[in-house]
Amino acid sequence: MKIARMTICALMLAAFSAPAAYADLVLPWLEYRTGPYSPSGIPTADGFEDYLTLINERDGGVGGELIRVVKCETGYNTAKGVECYEQTKGEGALVYQPLSTGITYQLIPKVTADQIPLHSMGYGRTAAADGTVFEYVFNFPANYWDGASIAVNHILDLNGGNIEGKKISLVYHNSAYGKEPIRTLEKLAEKHGYTLSLYPVDAPGQEQKSQWLDIRREQPDYVLLWGWGVMNAAAVTEAANIRFPMENFIGVWWSGSENDVLPVGDRAHGYKALALHNVGSDFPLFDDLRKHVIDTGKFAGDGTSVGSVLYNRGMYGALLAVEAIRTAQEIHGVSDITPQMMRDGMEALVITEEKMAELGLPNFGPSFAVSCENHGGPGTGWVSQWDAHNQTWSIISDLITPDKEIIDGLIAEASAQYAEEQNIARRCQ
Amino acid sequence: MQQLLYLTEVSLNGLTTGVLYALVALGYVLIFKSSGVFNYAQGVMVLFAALTLVGLQRGQVPFAHLWTAVFGTHTYLFGWNLPAVVAIVMTLGVMVLLAILVERLVLKHLINQHPIVLFMATIGLAYFLEGFGDLMWGSDVKRLDIGLPVGISETIESFTAATFGYGVFVDRLDLFAGLVAAALVFALTVWLKHSQLGRTLRAVADDHQAALSVGISLRLVWVLVWSTAGFVALVAGVMWGAKSGVQFSLSLIALKALPVLMLGGFTSIRGAIVGGLIIGVGEKLFDFLMGPIIGGATESWFAYVLALVFLMFRPQGLYGEKIIERV
Repeated sequence: MKIARMTICALMLAAFSAPAAYADLVLPWLEYRTGPYSPSGIPTADGFEDYLTLINERDGGVGGELIRVVKCETGYNTAKGVECYEQTKGEGALVYQPLSTGITYQLIPKVTADQIPLHSMGYGRTAAADGTVFEYVFNFPANYWDGASIAVNHILDLNGGNIEGKKISLVYHNSAYGKEPIRTLEKLAEKHGYTLSLYPVDAPGQEQKSQWLDIRREQPDYVLLWGWGVMNAAAVTEAANIRFPMENFIGVWWSGSENDVLPVGDRAHGYKALALHNVGSDFPLFDDLRKHVIDTGKFAGDGTSVGSVLYNRGMYGALLAVEAIRTAQEIHGVSDITPQMMRDGMEALVITEEKMAELGLPNFGPSFAVSCENHGGPGTGWVSQWDAHNQTWSIISDLITPDKEIIDGLIAEASAQYAEEQNIARRCQ
Repeated sequence: MQQLLYLTEVSLNGLTTGVLYALVALGYVLIFKSSGVFNYAQGVMVLFAALTLVGLQRGQVPFAHLWTAVFGTHTYLFGWNLPAVVAIVMTLGVMVLLAILVERLVLKHLINQHPIVLFMATIGLAYFLEGFGDLMWGSDVKRLDIGLPVGISETIESFTAATFGYGVFVDRLDLFAGLVAAALVFALTVWLKHSQLGRTLRAVADDHQAALSVGISLRLVWVLVWSTAGFVALVAGVMWGAKSGVQFSLSLIALKALPVLMLGGFTSIRGAIVGGLIIGVGEKLFDFLMGPIIGGATESWFAYVLALVFLMFRPQGLYGEKIIERV
């Protein structure tokens, strides 16, 4: 009896301790495959997971260590996101990518205390680009303020460099995320002489008639969109309803996926959105993805979102994490790295066009180098445009550099304020 | 003059938006009026009906992901595109089937229970249906295209431009929704007030036990009521889905129906319409007049504040039945 009991205990112990026995590289993914934002959360999660499956299947992991994705469903709920962080951090998490500005804000003090890196690519707290204050937080290759400036620079390009007297409106998600670009746009308005008008939309944003009636009366030259979820499609629909010229309607990279334009049909033709990375699946990497992941049935979702904007976003996030792991392994000479080593890898990450081509993604993302001071990357981005007839996004601009003079000033100001509030001593001296 | 025209435009659009809110509220009223149950799942029924319509129309294989995961089928489409009318009729069939299942699996077991028990059951139903719809049709954003008119009404715009010097904006989809809602309200009012079945429904709402004692089949009534609410959910799903695609957020428009119900009363079809119109016009006018002063985005809370103020003076709503309980 005693032996039987001991055997059962031993078996249970073995069963429960199995995951911990894995000598894996753990990448947590705080996903949202349920709830109102799931249409955006699912393809992003699929891209992230599929790329890591490819690395495991094709290369046997990174430096001989397999990658293990630890998933936790947040439903895009900030409280649940924090809960997910607490649940998963003990698994040996190397870096968190929460895909939510709300969750990112809540996690910043936590990851700093726990010394686990946080990467919010194109979202989150913009001031985190200042590595001298935010030791464990990264937001390369671009942030919201870069996005606002890229949009204005595109408008400048369209107008021969002079937009004095023009009217620009911002339709934004009435949340911390949506309010992020306002200060930058106000600063840029002072510099370039355009008039800025603001139109907040409360979540979820299905009903925007008031805002668009105002826009119709005010007749701005350009409208910028900082939305998420159903708000994007509703905004594009209302813009089409008032016959606002789609080529003058520019969304941030979170307002530029297929989900945002397909429901509107042909009337969305010509709508523009910023792009953090290239679009489509016409890259050599996708051949490998098909061979090792899709055709073998090892893909994360249903395989239908491969090459979509948000799938590529998730894939790009995974790629940057893998390259940071590789860098960390090189720096420390070990394959089984710790979160602190991962931080070193992220801070020394160098992405060149040669490296991207080698990875099967030529001309997919910008070249950049992260440093102790600069956790935000170059801040560059493209402008893409929706072709409703062929149902494809295309890049229509060169890589646009934001107004660093203004952005860097704003970041320095915001990070100094944060450092003072949190009593953080600057590093990288 | 210009300001007056703007005000008229805002009011007109408020009215048409109010009709859309009322369409959602109607489903709640129908079930509450006829069976005394506040159906928490009505918003999700709107989503489920719209998902089913789009899925059937474009020949989507139901539970395709499940079949793929279990049997590795990888078949997502049947390869047909059904005419809109056929898809609508088939969706109605699915909603009737759903009503039968709800009655058989949930309501049948709760006859004579306290209303709060029935309410709790509909909360469970809402969560179940939410996941079931996702599993059945997938959670991707779907385009709803059944040939409804969309975009600005150029007739109204050019007429008002020629007459007043300013082209007033009215969305053709909203106008169409208004016509549909009017027809729906007329038909439902006539049916409930003047048919024997309508009287039967009202008897059930008043007292389950008394209705049973005079030989009314409670189960049949419930199936009928839930089927009608399913039909109303489909109409609301079509109108809202045509605006921003069929996706999970459709279920959240229920949030817009609650203040309408508080204002109009839970038991009156006329109340749902009038409440919808008041909320629609009220929130648009408030945003137009006060938005620039207090920073905009007033629509999400204004309806609730208005309903709250209203509740203080008329707790049963505009057209709701005054409940008098003797001690």
